[in-house]
Amino acid sequence: MSAVFEQIFQVGFLAAIIRIATPLAFATLGEMFSERAGVLNLGIEGIMLLSAMAGFTAASLSGSLWLGVLVAVLVGALMGALHALFTVALGLSQHVCGIGVTLFCSGLAYFLYRLIFGQQSVPPSIKGFQPVPIPLLSDIPILGPAVFNQFTLVYLAIIAIPLAAFVLYRTPWGLSVRMVGENPRAADSAGVSVIATRFQAVILGGALMGLAGAFLTMAQFNAFTFGVVSGRGWVAIALVVFGRWDPWRSAGAALLFAFVDALQLRMQASGLGHIPYEAFLMLPFIFTIVAMAFMSRNAVAPSALLKPFRREER
Amino acid sequence: MFRLEARTSTPAWFNLALPLLAIAVALVLCSGLIAIAGAGVIEAYSVMLSASLGDSYAITETLVRAAPMIFTGLAVATAFRAKFWNIGAEGQLLAGAVASCAVGAIPMPGYLAMLLMALVGAAAGAIVALVPATLRVKFKVDDVVSSLLLNSVIYYALMALIEGPWKDTFSGYPISPPIEDSANFPVLIEGTRLHIGVVVALIAAPLIWFLIARTTLGFRIRVTGENPEAARYGGINVQRVLLSTALLSGALAGLAGVGEVGGVHFQVMSDISPGYGYSGIVVAMLARLNPLGVVPAALFLAAVMTGAEAMSRATGVPAFLSDVIQGTALLAMLVALLFTAYRVRRVGASA
Repeated sequence: MSAVFEQIFQVGFLAAIIRIATPLAFATLGEMFSERAGVLNLGIEGIMLLSAMAGFTAASLSGSLWLGVLVAVLVGALMGALHALFTVALGLSQHVCGIGVTLFCSGLAYFLYRLIFGQQSVPPSIKGFQPVPIPLLSDIPILGPAVFNQFTLVYLAIIAIPLAAFVLYRTPWGLSVRMVGENPRAADSAGVSVIATRFQAVILGGALMGLAGAFLTMAQFNAFTFGVVSGRGWVAIALVVFGRWDPWRSAGAALLFAFVDALQLRMQASGLGHIPYEAFLMLPFIFTIVAMAFMSRNAVAPSALLKPFRREER
Repeated sequence: MFRLEARTSTPAWFNLALPLLAIAVALVLCSGLIAIAGAGVIEAYSVMLSASLGDSYAITETLVRAAPMIFTGLAVATAFRAKFWNIGAEGQLLAGAVASCAVGAIPMPGYLAMLLMALVGAAAGAIVALVPATLRVKFKVDDVVSSLLLNSVIYYALMALIEGPWKDTFSGYPISPPIEDSANFPVLIEGTRLHIGVVVALIAAPLIWFLIARTTLGFRIRVTGENPEAARYGGINVQRVLLSTALLSGALAGLAGVGEVGGVHFQVMSDISPGYGYSGIVVAMLARLNPLGVVPAALFLAAVMTGAEAMSRATGVPAFLSDVIQGTALLAMLVALLFTAYRVRRVGASA
């Protein structure tokens, strides 16, 4: 046990947690905005994959990582708009559309990647983002090098969490998002455009999912592989529920999952413990399913989630 | 001016016209990708067609591919009929595969092994599907998310098994030990992979149709899906119907896994299903949740998958085109379904 404790308090371990948590935090915040507006986006897994591919391709062809990030965000927003077109404008079933968007985006990502890069035994890689130490803060013992000597995208994620909470709880637009997710009829009576607000929230969500994808291929792995997302989108779906649709709690859930994931990676590498690493990877899903059973009585989910809004229908 | 108007009923020919329209739209949209890849659209699609349906061997390959999607398609169609949103066919398939593979590895007479594989595989799928249904009935947990998340749980459980205690000692890869040779499903035509499980899948479709259209349980499933209030008022125990539907749906998805183990792979590996559970959703939607429609819908997707590989070899267009076609067809079908709910009416300009 003491060996495990020593591992935990290593700088490298803390830094690994932060790095694993970053794409999850972006994706979870993205899914949260969408769901708070009443739209479940099961397209997340595919949107992350397509953005990861598009960003990597743009960065590798242009040589500019930031252009890659921009492309990933735009592709994510575009796919968010596609999901919104089907589920918000046309009022189609959200879960089936989400699966459709995931199938479509994943297929397109694989197809275009194979078309552009061909079949290679070693996937082409790029020189990804490098850590940018923040002066003074990075000198704090343990915490400094772990948290303040990271990629710029990590800092962006750290800023995104309070920003998301501020936008959701303290701005008129955030109020509109919460209204159309809880009681679209009342929001409509109050003069809030349900359709427009939902579109905006789902597109913003898609853009954040795009950032998550960008981080995977341009900071974490510096290459695109077919398994680069490998269920992280589904993890984000779980984390939103586990975090009770709140930015702080959801980000906290992402951090907790990252801790468990980093721990299993360490244990795998060091041969510590005999528990299969898959048992750790399963945890967020099992926890979420159990948590859902306990939470259902409190009804914390946005009331209008999964319900399309048509003005003329009562 | 045109106006959307709610429809009360839909003509029967819609059942055929809408999926065909969706498929046509998907193929037209995806022809853009073929053109981007620098190949002839007509050429690519004709290679696809001849490689999947052009000769008897190709047809058997397409049938073998279709079998698991017939089962997952039936699983999803049955569940969606009762508005039990089972997105977990993928995990139920994997559970069925693991359970049947474990049974198939036990030495016993071949026919007994096959029967037990089917029973145990179906049971495993049913148990997995029972989880989201029970959570929904007892705790009002959203079945969409819980059934989806269970897929990941089952996947990691499978990985833990085949990388750990269940790993084949004779293989360097994470793969389970093979089933007994005597438990391999009999091949119907020498020199092909057409196994008996394909026939079972083809028979299952009319059986499930009969069950849903003509039996009391089927009636309850339909009423529960269409109008749970009326069902309750009519004395139907809606919760029990949901649980029964889940058992049936999960068992069907489990059988998809049984067929892959007994008839195709004879062991379990991490990629035993290339997303057949999710394809089941595409199949069920294209079939408009009609079990008889599941067969042609599954055959279409299977033909696209087998054809895409040959097309890739012949024209250089990546075979992943089949995945894009699948996703596009699902989205197109969902849009096409709007025609069942609304009709476009021409109204006077002055109105």
